[in-house]
Amino acid sequence: MQLEEYIKKTRADKNILLMTHIVLGYTSLEVNREVIRQMVENGVDLIEMQIPFSEPMADGPVIVKANQEAIETGTKVRQCFDFAAEMTAAHDIPFLFMTYYNILYQYGVEQFFKDSKKIGIKGFIIPDLPPEEGEEFFRLSREYGIDPIMIYAPTSTEERMKYLAGYGSGFIYCVARKGVTGKQTDFDKDFGSYMKRCRNSTTMPLAVGFGISSREDVETLVGIADIAVIGTKTIKVVEEEGIDAVGSFISSLR
Amino acid sequence: MTKTGYYGNWGGAFIPEVLYETFRELNTAFEQAKKEPAFWQEYTDLMSTYSCRPTPLTHAENLSRHFGGAQIYIKREDLNHTGAHKANNVMGQGLLVKRMGKKRVIAETGAGQHGVATATMAAKFGFDCTIYMGEEDVMRQRPNVFWMEKLGATVVPVTSGSKTLKDAINEAFRDWVTDMDDTHYVMGTVCGPHPFPEMVAWFQSIIGMEARKQILSQFGSLPSRVFACVGGGSNAMGVFQGFLDDADVELVGVEAGGKGLESGQHASRLAGKDGSAGVAQGYKTMFLQDGDGQMCDTHSVAAGLDYVGVSPILTDLWEKRRVRFAAATDSEVMDALELTMKKEGIIPALESTHAFVQAFKEAGQLNEKQAILINMSGRGDKDIFTIANAFDDPSWKEFIIGKGAEYAA
Repeated sequence: MQLEEYIKKTRADKNILLMTHIVLGYTSLEVNREVIRQMVENGVDLIEMQIPFSEPMADGPVIVKANQEAIETGTKVRQCFDFAAEMTAAHDIPFLFMTYYNILYQYGVEQFFKDSKKIGIKGFIIPDLPPEEGEEFFRLSREYGIDPIMIYAPTSTEERMKYLAGYGSGFIYCVARKGVTGKQTDFDKDFGSYMKRCRNSTTMPLAVGFGISSREDVETLVGIADIAVIGTKTIKVVEEEGIDAVGSFISSLR
Repeated sequence: MTKTGYYGNWGGAFIPEVLYETFRELNTAFEQAKKEPAFWQEYTDLMSTYSCRPTPLTHAENLSRHFGGAQIYIKREDLNHTGAHKANNVMGQGLLVKRMGKKRVIAETGAGQHGVATATMAAKFGFDCTIYMGEEDVMRQRPNVFWMEKLGATVVPVTSGSKTLKDAINEAFRDWVTDMDDTHYVMGTVCGPHPFPEMVAWFQSIIGMEARKQILSQFGSLPSRVFACVGGGSNAMGVFQGFLDDADVELVGVEAGGKGLESGQHASRLAGKDGSAGVAQGYKTMFLQDGDGQMCDTHSVAAGLDYVGVSPILTDLWEKRRVRFAAATDSEVMDALELTMKKEGIIPALESTHAFVQAFKEAGQLNEKQAILINMSGRGDKDIFTIANAFDDPSWKEFIIGKGAEYAA
C-alpha cells in the first residue's frame, strides 16, 4: 500500500531511512512544530506522532514522563488531530499516529480512522493491540487505506512473525530488544539472528527501534533494516540542549 | 466465555507483542494445572498447613441482634496467613511458578497486602522478589514496606503517573517485558490480561466453596445475600463463585464511595455513573476516565480499593444483573468499623469494612429466619497507622510524636 511504496521509492536514493518519534503536547505543540520543522529540513523520512495516554505500558521513563506532562498541561486528542492536520499540510513526508488502543476506543474507532484519513495520516502504531483483539481495527484499516504497522519482538517466533505480517501493511516495526523504550541496545549476535528471522518472515520494509541514539547505531542497521527509528533520544536532545539542537542532531545521524 | 479470555463484552488480552510468548506459556501451564486434581489438592494442602484454611465462618450474634433483622455471618479471610485473602492467590500462583521453573517473581501492590503476601510466598519458595509500589503508597503504608524488605523483597517506589496502584501495575509490566524468561508477574487481583482474571478467580474460589458448605451446616440454608468489597474484585469473585448458581442468593459488591459518589473523589466504577467502558492495563472493563480516555485519579480511605478499573468478570456479572453494586463512603466505613469492633471484637480491614457498611444497611430489611454473609477479606489491626489516622486518635498521635522525638534524639 501507500507507505510501502514510498519507502521503497525513497530507499532507492538512501541506504537507510530515518523515522523520528515525538510526543504531541510535550513540552507544547509549539515546541513540536519547531522540532518537526527541523527534523524535516534535516532529512527525516517519516515521523510518528504519539498521542499521549495516561497508561503508556510499553514506554520507558523518558516517554512516560513526556506523556504524563503533555496530559497535565491539557493536551486533548482533538488538538492532536488539528495539529497533525497542520503538519501533514506543511510537510511533504508521511506522518503516522502512535498511541494506545484506549485513545481510539474512546474517540470511536471508526471516527478515528475517518478523521485520520481526512488529514492525511498514513499509518497507525498501536503497541497494545495484537491481531487477536483488533478485528474491527484491521478491517477498518483496509477500508480506509491507513497502514496498520505490526510490531515484531525478539521473543516472536518466525511462525508468529508470519502471522503478524498477514495483518499488517506499510512496514514492520522491529523492536530491537526486550524491555521498554529508551534504554541502550546491544547489537549482538542474537540481534543478527533476530533480524534474519524478521527478514525471512516478510517482504515488507523493516524498521528498527528502541535504543537507537547515534550515528554508529544507524550505521549498524544499514543493510539490515530499511528504517532506523529515533525515539527517546530526540526528546533527550530537546530537554538537554534545547530545540535548536534537533537539526544538527538529526543531520549527524547519517 | 464467548471468545478466549472474554466474559460477555469484557476482558481480553491487550498485550504488547514482546509478551506474546510469555502469555502463551502461562496459559499452557494454567490450563494444565486446572486439569489435574493433584494440583488443586497440593494447593489446598498447602493452604491448610501454611495458612489457616478452611477459614472459619463466624455468626455475629451481637450485630444480628443490634440490627434486629437477618442473622449476620462473617467469612473470616482475615485469619489467613499475612492477614487477608491475598494469600490464596499468591500461594496458588507460587505453585504455578514452581511448575514453570521460573526463579523470580514481581508484583504490584497498593496498600501493601499483596506485596507482603508475595514477599512471603517468595521467601517460602526461594524466589527472588521485586515489588512495585506507588511512591504515595510507600509513604502511606510504611509498615508493609518494612515487612516486605525484611522478608527479602526489593521494594521499588513508582514515581510515574498518580504514583498509586495503577502506576505500580504499569511498572510491573515494564519489568516483565524486560525480563520475562525467568520472571513471573504475580498479578494480585482478578484484572489484567487473560488468563489473570480467570486464574486469580480460580485460586480465590476456595473462599466461596468453603463458605457455602459452612453456612449450610451452621445456619441450615443458603444466605439471602452475600456482601463483599470490590477494588479489583478478587475477594468478591472468591466468595461469589460459591453462590453463582444459586439464583435466590443475591450477590452485592461494595465499591469505595470515598467522599461521596457526587464528589468526584471516589473509586466507584460500577455503583456510580462516572465509569465508562475502556481498554487499559491489558484488559477491557469499566474505568474511571475522561472523555479522551485518560485515567482519572481515584480516592478512598482504603488503599486496596483505590483503583481505576474493576474485574472484567464482575463487570459482566453487573451487566447481566447477577451482581448488584453499591458504594460505601469513607465516613460510613469508619462508623461501621467502630461498631464491629465494639460489638464483636473483630477488626476488619478498611477495605473489608465497605462490605459491612452495605450489609448493615440491609440487615434490617430481612427477618431473623434469614441470613446474610459478609466476606471479611482482611484484618484491620495490621493497618494500625492508617486506621488510627482515620480515627484521628489523639493518644496515638501523642505516642507517634514521642517515638519521633526518641528517634530524633
